[in-house]
Amino acid sequence: MAFLIFLFWAAVALAVAIALSWGFRRLAAAVTRGEMHRALRDAPLTASFGMMVILIYLVVAILAPLIAPFPERMVVGSQFQPWTAEHWLGTDALGRDMFSRMIYGTRNTVGIAFATTALAFLIGSVLGLLAATVGGWLDQGLSRLVDVFMAIPSLIFALLLLTIFGTSILTLILVIAVIDSTRVFRLSRAVAEGVVVMDYIEAARLRGERLGYLITREILPNVTAPLVAEFGLRFCFVFLAISALSFLGLGIQPPTADWGSMVRENATLITFGDITPLLPAGAIALLTVAVNFVVDWQLYRASGLKE
Amino acid sequence: MTRVLRMIAYRLALGLLTLFVVSLIIFGATELLPGDFAEAILGQAATPETVAAIRRQLGLDQPLHIRYFEWLWGAVQFDFGTSLAQRGRPVADMIWVRLGNTLFLAAYAAVMAVPLALTLGILAALWRNSVFDRVANSSALSAISFPEFFVAYILIYILAQGGWFPSMARVPAGADLGEKLYRAFLPALTLTLVVTAHMMRMTRAAIINLLASPYIEMARLKGMRPSRVIVRHALPNAIAPIVNVVAINLAYLITGVVVVEVVFVYPGLGQLMVDSVSRRDIPVVQAVALIFAAAYVLLNLTADVISTLSNPRLMHRK
Repeated sequence: MAFLIFLFWAAVALAVAIALSWGFRRLAAAVTRGEMHRALRDAPLTASFGMMVILIYLVVAILAPLIAPFPERMVVGSQFQPWTAEHWLGTDALGRDMFSRMIYGTRNTVGIAFATTALAFLIGSVLGLLAATVGGWLDQGLSRLVDVFMAIPSLIFALLLLTIFGTSILTLILVIAVIDSTRVFRLSRAVAEGVVVMDYIEAARLRGERLGYLITREILPNVTAPLVAEFGLRFCFVFLAISALSFLGLGIQPPTADWGSMVRENATLITFGDITPLLPAGAIALLTVAVNFVVDWQLYRASGLKE
Repeated sequence: MTRVLRMIAYRLALGLLTLFVVSLIIFGATELLPGDFAEAILGQAATPETVAAIRRQLGLDQPLHIRYFEWLWGAVQFDFGTSLAQRGRPVADMIWVRLGNTLFLAAYAAVMAVPLALTLGILAALWRNSVFDRVANSSALSAISFPEFFVAYILIYILAQGGWFPSMARVPAGADLGEKLYRAFLPALTLTLVVTAHMMRMTRAAIINLLASPYIEMARLKGMRPSRVIVRHALPNAIAPIVNVVAINLAYLITGVVVVEVVFVYPGLGQLMVDSVSRRDIPVVQAVALIFAAAYVLLNLTADVISTLSNPRLMHRK
């Protein structure tokens, strides 16, 4: 019976999603002009669904204090209240309002994941571009170091480092960023290798340009496209990794509202047939799916333009 | 034959070297600990005398390289020292049973996932752009984006609530195989779903890549039956990419197992590791990390050897 109900709601959700993304595509195409307009008009429904979801998450994250009916950390009633008009999604294990915590969770979880991805990209792409441009022992040294780091499964490595440095948000961001930067390093180095051998780089070198100029003005503009697509994918991985760690109780620590730890704290409800703890997990899944859809579309567009 | 043996020996040596460096990192990482083990154990109670005593007891007054080689020598013999949190209990004792449980769960998931994923992937590649392909592909893309615990709790909600399968996978000691399979079904199914999605997409990509190669087109053009094209020409060359896909995804199981074990309270290595991280029980974490890393390296090594063996061009590289 539970399975049939689940199927029914899945079908309803799918229908609503299709209708909404169709509407969003019309709206987005109507308010834009030129190149942007054409791209949005021809976007597949999955991509417009993705963009819509990302936009909603952004708005919720920015306006969190205005939308949430209760403060993030305030105990507002007894534990595990059911859904009511006052507490839309009931209350959690400590009696805090679930709906408000979901809203604040958008800000915390997505914000931390975004900051981590940005840091990973900063470290990874700077080192990758440097290794490709300078070459020689620097390239060899960095590449072998990254090889060894990548021989350890990333979640296991993260757990090891978190044991040593303890669990706080700052160490979490640093640990995940460093581990993920190895993947970014690989990609940016590989892409830059292809650019470095070009004649115009040779010419710039002969002109006597400095390293900083070579990297920022000659190489970087030619490697941005693959790096941007990679940023989306990396964000998904980082987001899932941080959520997994938070779920394990080793990531973002209470009382900060965060989706991964919200699932952990309220998981017992599921065995009683209450789906509330599934909502934060679903929120994580939805954003990841959305980003994946948009990245897929961008990659398709990038490859289509080349043909 | 000697060439094959030489290749395998070379790869093994390379794998051992990787493992050696990995063990260096795992051991060396603890040296980054602010203060050291002794202070970490004592916490507030650290006075210079007690710290010195504990140091002597743990052998921390020895120089770094001697400690490393003692640790490594112990690890090779499956002796990882004693736990910090449960003072005096050998780490190997804690690991031994759980290693068996984790291997059982991983094997269980692999047995379900590999045939399923390969079938789906190959069918999706053969019927490219059909409705089946589109549905399979987009559901796989969604499944990849789901956190493991989301899949796990959905399964608990649907299957455990109806009382069909237990949501707590505590395996009682001395349970027979049927009982074990029944109790571990939900965690295994969760892992299967997550891994299948990855594996299916990669198989599909590999097969499509293969079907685009000129000799397949040639075989088709000369009027060969489609079934014969697949069995005689495509399949032998598909072994290498498929083995690679399987190995990569089994390696992925290693990390997936951690979260799933925690959700289902399954007494495996992953759960031990998570508990030990929050207790900061460094010897246990080191030992489990070493085991996971070794499994990871070993899987990649096996994939490498098999795909080289199945591809004459790689065997006789100039």
